[in-house]
Amino acid sequence: MEFAQQLLNALSLGAIYALIALGFTMVYGVLRFINFAHSDVFMIGAVVGSLLGNYLPLGTWWSGLACLLAAMAVCALLGVIIERVAYRPLRAAPRLNVLITAIGVSLFIEYLFQNEHVFGAAPRPIPPVFPSVLWQWHGLSISSNQLIVIGVALLLVVALELIVYRTRIGTAMRAVSLNPRAAQLVGINPDVVVTFTFALGSALAGAGGVLYALNYQSVEPLMGVMPGLKAFVAAVLGGIGSIPGAALGGLLIGGIETFIGGSQFSTYKDAIAFALLILILLFRPTGLLGRRIPEKV
Amino acid sequence: MSPLLNLDQATLRFGGLTAVNAVDLSLPVGQLHGIIGPNGAGKTTLFNLITGVYAPSSGSLNFDGKNLAGLRPDQITALGIARTFQNIRLFPQLSVFDNVRVACNLHRATSPLHTLIRGAGFRADEEATAARVDELLALFNLERFRDKPATALPYGEQRRLEIVRALATRPRLLLLDEPAAGMNPSEKVELVRLIKEVHRRFELTILLVEHSMRVVMTLCERITVLDYGVKIAEGAPGEIQKDRKVIEAYLGEDHTNNSAHH
Amino acid sequence: MTPRRSGPPWPHLLLGGALLAAFLLTRWVTDPYANDVLTTIGINVILAVSLNLVNGYTGQFSLGHAGFMSVGAYLSATITLLLGPSILGEDGGAPWAQNALFCGGLLVGGLSAAAAGLLVGIPSLRLRGDYLAIVTLGFGEIIRVIFQNIEPLGGALGLNGIPNYTTVGWTFAIAALTVFVVVCLINSTYGRGFIATHDDEIAAEAMGLNTTRYKVVAFVVSAFFAGLAGGLYGHFKMSITAAGFDFTRSIEIVVMVILGGMGNTLGVILAAILLTLLPEVLRPIAEFRMILYALLLIVLMLLRPQGLFNFRRRPR
Repeated sequence: MEFAQQLLNALSLGAIYALIALGFTMVYGVLRFINFAHSDVFMIGAVVGSLLGNYLPLGTWWSGLACLLAAMAVCALLGVIIERVAYRPLRAAPRLNVLITAIGVSLFIEYLFQNEHVFGAAPRPIPPVFPSVLWQWHGLSISSNQLIVIGVALLLVVALELIVYRTRIGTAMRAVSLNPRAAQLVGINPDVVVTFTFALGSALAGAGGVLYALNYQSVEPLMGVMPGLKAFVAAVLGGIGSIPGAALGGLLIGGIETFIGGSQFSTYKDAIAFALLILILLFRPTGLLGRRIPEKV
Repeated sequence: MSPLLNLDQATLRFGGLTAVNAVDLSLPVGQLHGIIGPNGAGKTTLFNLITGVYAPSSGSLNFDGKNLAGLRPDQITALGIARTFQNIRLFPQLSVFDNVRVACNLHRATSPLHTLIRGAGFRADEEATAARVDELLALFNLERFRDKPATALPYGEQRRLEIVRALATRPRLLLLDEPAAGMNPSEKVELVRLIKEVHRRFELTILLVEHSMRVVMTLCERITVLDYGVKIAEGAPGEIQKDRKVIEAYLGEDHTNNSAHH
Repeated sequence: MTPRRSGPPWPHLLLGGALLAAFLLTRWVTDPYANDVLTTIGINVILAVSLNLVNGYTGQFSLGHAGFMSVGAYLSATITLLLGPSILGEDGGAPWAQNALFCGGLLVGGLSAAAAGLLVGIPSLRLRGDYLAIVTLGFGEIIRVIFQNIEPLGGALGLNGIPNYTTVGWTFAIAALTVFVVVCLINSTYGRGFIATHDDEIAAEAMGLNTTRYKVVAFVVSAFFAGLAGGLYGHFKMSITAAGFDFTRSIEIVVMVILGGMGNTLGVILAAILLTLLPEVLRPIAEFRMILYALLLIVLMLLRPQGLFNFRRRPR
């Protein structure tokens, strides 16, 4: 039973990592760069959810959904603004410059929110907007929150899969990811695709932020840093650029972390993800489901 | 005499695509050998295979009796193979002089400690290298650009600088990837003269990928034709021009192209 | 772009002059506030100039400089705390004995940091750009977690009661040494190899340069000086915690390098001085300091990617 309990915890944690990892992987797919600010979009999703939660009746399905949708909408908009202001002018610049800008955006959001006039560094509680029930079943304790996390994540991944493979804009995304110049030649506007990618990825991160905050019942400006880094590891583990890879990677990282956290090595929990990242990059840089992109010489 | 470079069934696959397919190639010492073929025939990829940018999927590559498979690009250069690039790749932050000087690093054993002490040996080595670089630059009429940034040079001079830089590694085999690309007819004539001069003076074996038929036909003693990664013909320029398979695959379309150029 | 010149004519003379100035500074600076500010400037110069070797000249992007700094800080403090009592005796020992012990501690700290640099560098320097950034960040975090779990080193509470051996003189002398070593390396086969690796790795390899080796050399030398800076820092603050060498610390150093202009030692020195003094001057708006740093990064990349103090190279 101990194991089944851990598995359930792992699944709900992994589902959140998967939601964040999807944003990393999609942006990497079309632009070939790591959007460091993605973790902070995740945090802002949680902030939006908690602020709105204060004005809604607690413990009802519709107010929970309202919080999720509001966070997703705000984050989508934010993602688009970040891309437009900070990344688009650097589309032709060296990769290092874009990386530095992304770090700059990430730090800007983090320190802005830590400022007392904006949000403050101290954690704040998030009101329990969703109905909260705890079921006991053969010694297994299942919280409604865990089920919501898993359910919402599953729903969003399926929706994403449909968008990417069944819609025109999804096809354009895949085309840009495979060959940006050829995509442009057949009339795809890369700016539209990039904007859409950022909106989609950020919306998923926003949803992840609300769910994560509900799980831990608190919101703070740096809450995105660690989950963000671990989700990045998840994206690399699954094969960066691969959507099913990101989902799989998220679940695996969630699993590894939960089981290490329950063992005698729990104090090393935060270091494990990085050690794993280093091992993957050394021995299988394409990840589990990724494909090799040969470098043009 | 055994060949300087020998490719035996050299093959490179990228997933489902076979970019270089079972190519045999044998280069005797001193030969000036041309590789031609339509766009995407795998010519540059063959260069990348020889210089270690890619490892072969199967087959063997030998240089001077040594197996090249598994060696890093810099190790292959150290054995005596140097190259230029189709899309010029000079070091933009370095001057013309330093672009050539850095290519001499290969034959200079400086420890970090030497650079701190900067003793007589260190200074003598720096001076000898500088003298050699200046000599090479003078040989190619590039000395007037000595302290200019490499990428500020006119296009044709950048192509020549790439050849000088490759020569600074003291190669025995020189790979030239489309050296005449983007040159006008008079520049091409000058380039042919230059390659002949380099070939003679540095006692080199040269392998050359080129689209300009006139350059290949006047320069090369022997020509290999690639199409879709497969070698479809090899022979002297006269034979290649008459080869039916080559005309079908390549010269047919290129004759029309060339008449426009000339 | 104007290419680099061959560097200052007499690096040894400059080093000698700087060391003399450092010695004199120790004599003249008696005001504790000035002492604190100058020491911080010196430490930041060491950190920024050494990181510039990797992030600027060699074009790699390390986000783990604070990790190497912490290795130096912990190891040197361990030496002075552990061996101090037995070597110096009850009375604390003569000044020369204290300085000798400090010197040994710093050296151990620097060498351990260099060893850590080698350990991190060999595997990760095969990676490109953003991956390297995140791996070095990861290594920094791993180092932090490890120190937090070593109970003899104080665990999460850190090390306290470290003797106050760091002086302005020591700091400036080591800063001068750092600049000297970096300038000498840059004006040699190594520097040209670093820059060629930065500009075009594939072309550099085709010219026979073992780019991995150049990157590792840059990385190890850089880590060594970060270790020395860490040692100075520990014996200046007298207490250290692993959490004090986190990601934010690394970022502060990165900002100095970018502000000064990647691959421009003089600019980076100026930036390190400016960014140390700025918070002192701007105390009233101290809470906005990091927000300003972040904005500075973005604005610089958008408008002046070559850095504030780089007048030689045009933007690329």
